[in-house]
Amino acid sequence: MIKSRRMFSVGAMAAVMGLGSTLLAGVARADVEIEYWQYFFEARVTAMDTLIENFEAANPGITVKTNQFPYADYRTKVAAAIPAGEGPDVVQLFYGWLNDYVDAELIQPLPTDAFPVETIDEEFFPMVQAMKRDGQYMALPTAVRSLALFYNERLFDKAGIENPPATLDELVEVAKKLTVRDGAGNLTQVGLTSGMTAQDHHWWREVLVRQFGGQPYSDDLKTVAYDSEAGRKALAWYAALDQEHGVTDSTFMDEPQAAFKAGRAGMHIDGSFRIGALNDTRGLKWGVAELPAGPDGTQSNYSSYWVNAVTSKATDEKYDAALKFMAYITSDEAMQIWLDTVGELPAKPSAALTDKNQNDPVYGPFVKGLGYAQSTVFVDESGQRQLMTDMVSRIELEGQSIEDSLTEAAQAEQAILDGFYQ
Amino acid sequence: MSFYDRLSVRQKQTVWAWGFLAIPIVFYVVVRFYPTANAIVLSFQEWNLLGARTWAGIDNYVTLFHDPVFWKVFRNTFVYLLIGTPVSLILSFVIAYHLDKVRFLHGTIRALYFLPFMTSAVAMAWVWRWFYQPVPIGLFNNFLASFGIAQIEFLNSTTNALPAVLAPAIWAGLGFQIIIFMAGLRAIPKTYYEAAHIDGVSGWTIMSEITLPLLKPTIVFLVVFSSIGFLRIFDHVFNMTTNNPGGPLNSTKPLVLMIYDTAFNSFDMGYAAAQTVVLFVILLIVSLLQLRLLRDR
Repeated sequence: MIKSRRMFSVGAMAAVMGLGSTLLAGVARADVEIEYWQYFFEARVTAMDTLIENFEAANPGITVKTNQFPYADYRTKVAAAIPAGEGPDVVQLFYGWLNDYVDAELIQPLPTDAFPVETIDEEFFPMVQAMKRDGQYMALPTAVRSLALFYNERLFDKAGIENPPATLDELVEVAKKLTVRDGAGNLTQVGLTSGMTAQDHHWWREVLVRQFGGQPYSDDLKTVAYDSEAGRKALAWYAALDQEHGVTDSTFMDEPQAAFKAGRAGMHIDGSFRIGALNDTRGLKWGVAELPAGPDGTQSNYSSYWVNAVTSKATDEKYDAALKFMAYITSDEAMQIWLDTVGELPAKPSAALTDKNQNDPVYGPFVKGLGYAQSTVFVDESGQRQLMTDMVSRIELEGQSIEDSLTEAAQAEQAILDGFYQ
Repeated sequence: MSFYDRLSVRQKQTVWAWGFLAIPIVFYVVVRFYPTANAIVLSFQEWNLLGARTWAGIDNYVTLFHDPVFWKVFRNTFVYLLIGTPVSLILSFVIAYHLDKVRFLHGTIRALYFLPFMTSAVAMAWVWRWFYQPVPIGLFNNFLASFGIAQIEFLNSTTNALPAVLAPAIWAGLGFQIIIFMAGLRAIPKTYYEAAHIDGVSGWTIMSEITLPLLKPTIVFLVVFSSIGFLRIFDHVFNMTTNNPGGPLNSTKPLVLMIYDTAFNSFDMGYAAAQTVVLFVILLIVSLLQLRLLRDR
């Protein structure tokens, strides 16, 4: 009894002193701690730690606590924490999730005085405008990703190919030269990797469909528009890679990037996030080129990105600190740090399209791709990707015609869109 | 005097008994019954994990009934059950029956059969997945190719994929079933067999009149246990088809994978809960049916 009473008085004294010191500090400068949440990916965490260090040095009195979760649990944790008044003041989310976060009131708009809409429209790459709701930006990216054509330089030399293909026709020709089969006709090296389960669904949707003269979705994004002449041509061209030209096979070596890493694929379309993994692969000499242009010279690319947003939990001084932090992590300086650490491209032309970046043999093609990149506004990314995978599987495995398979996919995707926008 | 002191010895015993029983009861209520009830409620709601739950009536069940993928998945689930359970039971019985008679290296052989059961399903599924790949990395196809035989599409086929995924799942469960069968065989008194031998009964009669009838409790247990296992098959399918989960064209997708996909990729929790309730009902019906059919008369 005596002991616990003493403990209580010590505790009370500590609390009073603690309160006093906070008050004193409050007079000197507002000590604020804000919390930042991200999903766990080592390079991103390292980059964020650097950014926070710089931010804290420039803004004494504000500390940023970070917390990271495995990707699989991320969404659940955020959803459970914010309504309970716990969790982050600034949160990282995939651009395709924005609608869900806005509807659930987990994030608040960025105030127009600190983040003027016109300036952002002007300064950021156009695809970032998908982050606007009712005339205000809800979230902003630090970095964006785009696609490019990776090629194996050793295999190119061996086949006597000098330059990476610049058009779709050249792509097929080069791929033919790079394809190797054994005596029984089994593929032992593919000219080009393929697989709708990897990045090809983006390539097909935003690049090939447009290059054959169509568009994947209506302008208001609510209607599937690829069930058209252009869509049929794009799908026929894609399916012919395997079925007619025999330069690829979606099941070759289990995963496209595995085949490329193992030096068993001449070319491979993938995102800038693959650079790190390929850099670590011993014995692989590879180069990067822009995605091949379409029959009429149209260039297109697909871009995706993660954004940061201020959560509805942040109020008062934490809100102000969160805005300052948002401003810093979307600055040119932060973007360059992100590029150097993670390999993801700056979200502003001013930071991305520097001479250094454009002429970089690795980042250059990705950066150039950003200039003409499109972002699909997904409502259910994995569901929509699955439809693309099934579309090709029906043609390959069940012999369905290109027209029927395309129509079936378009109808199924329309149902997903309707379910969301209804 | 407190309330407790006024109780009789018998009442105190009752209090203590309930006190001890309360721990597992509370545990079960919290980790089993509450989530189950919650899932049933959720199946009548719409929820994307982020926003508020809204009531949807029986919409989720109506959607489910009209979803062609669901019926495909429903069929797959029963194919897993109807092939998996008999095949694994017959195999494990045959192995256990003969292993029981083997004296040479008995322990080692038994351990070898049990080993797959102790191996992580994820690791095993990935190794088998690589076995099944086409040339140049697949073990089976490289073997076929070296003899000039055409490759077999194990996983990238709407007809071969399900059996290909099921095979390692059966293999993984064999060890456990063999051990249980052997325990059942050992429990049959030797005297019955001796009496049968003295009477000069044929081997088949011994099997059908002595061994199998006396193994009935073991068989009932294993049928129910492995049926539930195959109805809930997930990790083998998921890990062998991660690129295209349950594919190609949903030909390997079991109900649990569909639930997982709906819940954690499409974030349609209400619809996933409705599927879960259906799975719950199926498991309940199948288990009750089997218990009824196989119980002692």
